[in-house]
Amino acid sequence: MKIYVPMDSAAKALGAEEVVAALREAAPEAEILRTGTRGMIWLEPLVEVEIDGVRHGFGPAEPGDVAGILDGSSTKALGPIEELDWMKRQTRLTFARVGVVDPLNLSDYAAHGGLEGLKRALPMSGQDIVDEVKASGLRGRGGAGFPTGIKWQTVHDADAPQKYIVCNADEGDSGTFADRMIMEGDPFTLIEGMAIAGLGVGATKGYVYLRSEYPDAIAVMTRAVQIARAQGVLGPDVLGSGRAFDMEIRKGAGAYVCGEETSLLNSLEGKRGVVRAKPPLPALEGFLGQPTVVNNVISLATVPVIFEKGAQFYADFGLGRSRGTVTLQIAGNVARGGLFETAFGISLGEVVNDLGGGSATGHPVKAVQVGGPLGAYMPVSKFDTPLGYEEFDAAGGLIGHAGLTVFDDTTDMLGMARFAMEFCAVESCGKCTPCRIGAVRGVETLDRIAEGDAEALPLLTDLCETMQDGSLCALGGFTPFPVMSAVTHFPDDFARLKEAAE
Amino acid sequence: MAHPATAIDAEEIDQIVEAHCTLEGPLLPLLHALQEAFGYVPAQAHEPICKALNITRAELHGVISFYHDYRDKPAGRHVLKICRAEACQSVGSAALAEGLLAKLGLDWHGTTANGTVTVEPVYCLGLCACAPAAMMDDRVVGRVDAAKLDRLLAEAGA
Repeated sequence: MKIYVPMDSAAKALGAEEVVAALREAAPEAEILRTGTRGMIWLEPLVEVEIDGVRHGFGPAEPGDVAGILDGSSTKALGPIEELDWMKRQTRLTFARVGVVDPLNLSDYAAHGGLEGLKRALPMSGQDIVDEVKASGLRGRGGAGFPTGIKWQTVHDADAPQKYIVCNADEGDSGTFADRMIMEGDPFTLIEGMAIAGLGVGATKGYVYLRSEYPDAIAVMTRAVQIARAQGVLGPDVLGSGRAFDMEIRKGAGAYVCGEETSLLNSLEGKRGVVRAKPPLPALEGFLGQPTVVNNVISLATVPVIFEKGAQFYADFGLGRSRGTVTLQIAGNVARGGLFETAFGISLGEVVNDLGGGSATGHPVKAVQVGGPLGAYMPVSKFDTPLGYEEFDAAGGLIGHAGLTVFDDTTDMLGMARFAMEFCAVESCGKCTPCRIGAVRGVETLDRIAEGDAEALPLLTDLCETMQDGSLCALGGFTPFPVMSAVTHFPDDFARLKEAAE
Repeated sequence: MAHPATAIDAEEIDQIVEAHCTLEGPLLPLLHALQEAFGYVPAQAHEPICKALNITRAELHGVISFYHDYRDKPAGRHVLKICRAEACQSVGSAALAEGLLAKLGLDWHGTTANGTVTVEPVYCLGLCACAPAAMMDDRVVGRVDAAKLDRLLAEAGA
């Protein structure tokens, strides 16, 4: 009997280890394999039992359900996993193997299409590799949406004794967990993507800057790098090609701003994680002053499938200039939260109401914050906005890393706006004044608004303009998005208190 | 994490410093290793670090104080981190944390009187689809409520 249970930290957080212990005790002869999560977090821990070669799901499982799962009588039976609506409606390219394979078994990885992309890239010239990424239309999935191939071209064209690939795995945005999920569920994809990037631009060394808040991801990635090195995927002779690429996992130290690429590079160098002014671009003067590709986890983890199936295959999905798939992370106060990978173009409302099933509390949805703490609060009236970089920009928001945090009608938007400023004040690196001082003044100004001071609102607007225009990076520059979107779309939450005071 | 009382051994400091010197950008991994060994970054390590990496004490202090993770004194035997970020707030983490701190009579970063648990805020554990989230040492917990927190604290001996 083959049983699959996720070792993803969301599954663990919901009791997967207790379920595994109960399974081991009740069925000592069964083969229990650990996988990543399928992304249906509301069903975790999701136990899968292989029956006639088909994996059947049971969830959310508790230790008390084990007997029923083993004899097939459990009321938590979901049927074949692949037949579930949530799975069938997805286009899983980047996440194809997550939840399916043993994350730390390289032959399992290879049996599911792993290493095919790298094998195709090995005989290609650097320029051909860069051209393939350009043709795929892949844009940076960390939030900025900059074309990945253009960034690689700059590093490729730079002349330097040493170049680097740095993976930004400092996924600090609330409402996002795709990076964590893929690092815990399919770490070799990221390793393969970084190796291809190294071949493309001529870099022989890579670093994954992984936040310390993710101990499980750090453990899995560290082990995966050791395995890849031992089996010749990394090292001086990648898959026997004579070409070199190796990498290290580096742990962050709890600073949100280090998700910004230049402060990440400073941190990686062992300095304070303060933002660097651009230019020079990291592509020309990055880690230790050398040309450096800095890409998000999902961008790099998508590279293998582009090389496995071809750039055109990937580019055929999507909307407008947003090509390929977007890995939606549905979070917060939502009935069905999790990860859903689909072509760009799906509407915000479909994601929240149809996929997510509305709020978890059953209250009406009030707002959805899209793109993390620096993303705008989108009201229900904007639910027809399609998920695409330009489309969201036009609607006054940003898709960022495609995390969506749902809030119900009990949410006080003034409180959320205040939190955005407070968070910016706590996490500001301190280099530029609009962010360092502006965030503190923002909290004070919002407190004045809460006390009913009518003169404070224009001040807040003015302050937000200064922060947006004058900050060095997205922390100070984008904090106005959640603040001003709350003010604009939910004026009652800012006016109500004023009237009460009058 | 049960090592707040660990004696500070100068030789061990030197070994840890030495082991990290060949890395590119050695300081963060080095500080993490010291904290792993002693539970905090002991002041006795400052001079050997500065000497080995050729940086000033001011630069070192700048780095240690910049990052939330590094401590200059031991924490409680266990560290409980409670997520304060938006996704957790959407399902009531703020009230949950307030209740816990009031019950323990602590502020953020405070340690219980018996030295067992330090309570810290964290901004996102990546468990946003099963919020509110918390982490006791390296063990993650999702859909946290007051009862689950009580159980965690009882297990930790707080």
